[in-house]
Amino acid sequence: MSRENILHRIRTALGRSAGQAVAEPPAARILVPEVDMETRIASMRTRIEALAGKTFRAASQEEARSIVAAELEGKTAVASNAPYLAECGIGELAGVRCGITDREELREVCAAADVGITSADYALADTGTLVILASPAEARLVSLLPPAHIAVVPRERILTGLDELFAVVPHPAEATSSMVLITGPSRTADIEQFLVRGVHGPGAISVVIVG
Amino acid sequence: MSVEFDQKIHDTLADANLQLAIYGSTARLKQGRIDRVGELPDYQELRTQANAIKKHTIENLDYYLEEFERNVEARGGKVVYCKDATEVADFVLGLAKEKDAHLIVKSKSMTTEEVDLNERLEHHGLESVETDLGEYILQLAHEKPYHIVAPALHKTRYDVADIFTERLHVARETVIEKQTAIARAVLREKFLAADIGISGANFLVADSGAVAIIENEGNARLTTSAPKVHITVAGIEKVIPRAQDLATFLKLLARSATGQLLSVYASFLAGPRRAGEVDGPDEFYVVLLDNGRTKLLPDRAKRQSLYCIRCGACLNTCPVYRKIGGHSFPWVYSGPIGAILTPQFMGVAHEPALPFASSLCGACGEVCPVKIDIPKILLELRSDVRKSEAREKQNRLEKLAFRGFAWLVTHPALYEMAGRIAASMAPSEDGGWISRVPPLMNLPPVKAWLSQRDLPPPPRKSFRELWRQR
Repeated sequence: MSRENILHRIRTALGRSAGQAVAEPPAARILVPEVDMETRIASMRTRIEALAGKTFRAASQEEARSIVAAELEGKTAVASNAPYLAECGIGELAGVRCGITDREELREVCAAADVGITSADYALADTGTLVILASPAEARLVSLLPPAHIAVVPRERILTGLDELFAVVPHPAEATSSMVLITGPSRTADIEQFLVRGVHGPGAISVVIVG
Repeated sequence: MSVEFDQKIHDTLADANLQLAIYGSTARLKQGRIDRVGELPDYQELRTQANAIKKHTIENLDYYLEEFERNVEARGGKVVYCKDATEVADFVLGLAKEKDAHLIVKSKSMTTEEVDLNERLEHHGLESVETDLGEYILQLAHEKPYHIVAPALHKTRYDVADIFTERLHVARETVIEKQTAIARAVLREKFLAADIGISGANFLVADSGAVAIIENEGNARLTTSAPKVHITVAGIEKVIPRAQDLATFLKLLARSATGQLLSVYASFLAGPRRAGEVDGPDEFYVVLLDNGRTKLLPDRAKRQSLYCIRCGACLNTCPVYRKIGGHSFPWVYSGPIGAILTPQFMGVAHEPALPFASSLCGACGEVCPVKIDIPKILLELRSDVRKSEAREKQNRLEKLAFRGFAWLVTHPALYEMAGRIAASMAPSEDGGWISRVPPLMNLPPVKAWLSQRDLPPPPRKSFRELWRQR
């Protein structure tokens, strides 16, 4: 509607002409520290637990599966189509639905499930963050609609922090239509600054680090 | 000072419960920020970097908006420029009609508050539901946000109980967890039934054509994932050059806003869902809103007001906000940032007292994560207010003079006499142009007028005299 008008006003105010090139922006500030894997894992666990999340360390994919099974203890769950979850055999656990490729079905199953199970493309050690790139393997609602979220993450995906994430994925839009960083359970403090978990997203989060 | 501004300030100061709520909430947020930024060894370097990026982007705003637009459209999204509230509402209404949409879910956005989007949509028969808990409470209570980050900061659990009982027809509930659960259940149904989701944006990433949204509740994720159509409404100043710049801004935003390392969810959304994706929106629109922002660009000093990332840190630290609260401010933006944005968006005459409602202690500038020099801009705006008042005064004097002149010319005898007196007093003996008048006549308006102009010498005989002698 007002495209040309607004761009013209901007250019007039700034003394620029249409299509005029710009100087290089200040260099992006990306500083990746060197942190060994055990320290990263320890930091990851400390940060998640500080946010009332749970963490587990599994030596193998089989152990990861038993941890998830114990966490589910009879609850219903929906698992994403992540190849790593399939490798761990999560879809074979009792009560777990997986392999959904239809939008309406996914929405219904996620709205009814007690737990959503995903992997993560990356994790950020210094903030306890999971990074999930939406794809046919990772639908958005699995980590969002159920009241609890379990993520199963191989240790080599744990990065030091935000700077390393944007060093490894400088152009997320080329890889995905949606990259989400998840740091702890959904929360609000909108009434009297009183902390309540699980307002719209999952109120509980568990991360199983494998390896 | 307007009567309304004065009254609201007095009402807020007289309300002890409200004073306690404002003081307690801002104290917690303020301390959270202090603790978290204290842990960052390179906090000052990050502020400097954030300021440099914002400065560069605003100085080349047209370039980055066009880059953003190209990249959104390359991924199947659409960008719509809107100059004001009416254009935003018209766009959403048109799209809703095209999609036969009736229910809209909204996540928190100060930009949509600016343009009263909910009210405009509801006026045309659409249901537009706020989904952030605080915003939802306020929508039910028909109130505006009290704080940029904590919109319902002034509401107690008992207020919320009253609002829910009256508006949702549920049994009275005063336990905060249970109140949250009530809202979750009501809003969950809305999310699953909604045709369109409308979000704001914390950042528009030019090199990606992406919208970045930062939140804690998950309502923005639901708003942008569940409905088939997602519309982002964002101010044109929200653009940043690169995805990599988010590393800097994300470290600053949550720490400054709520004292968190990162907010719970940071979504980076680049277009509609792609082939094979099971969920996500089919259509992706970004509304780029001016609504007065371009008025802030010409002034080199004041344009930095557009660097603001809406963290609210200046509110929490401001001794004035912490006493007079959010609703005393005359527009949607409150606190120090509101005191500099409102006069520039709405004109200084909107509330001339606003730039003066500050002790100029400088705390706002010190906590600003993008280093906006708020105290300096307040001073410039004070000067603007005084200049505008002087202009107004001069206008009044001019009006008075012309009224006198009108009276004189409608009384012919007096008019003629006045002409003769003026001609006899004119200091032009030699028939030359007049550039000075006798000291007695040299009043300020006359002096000002003559400083730029000379007067022709008065004629020996007036037109009337010549006419009579004809």
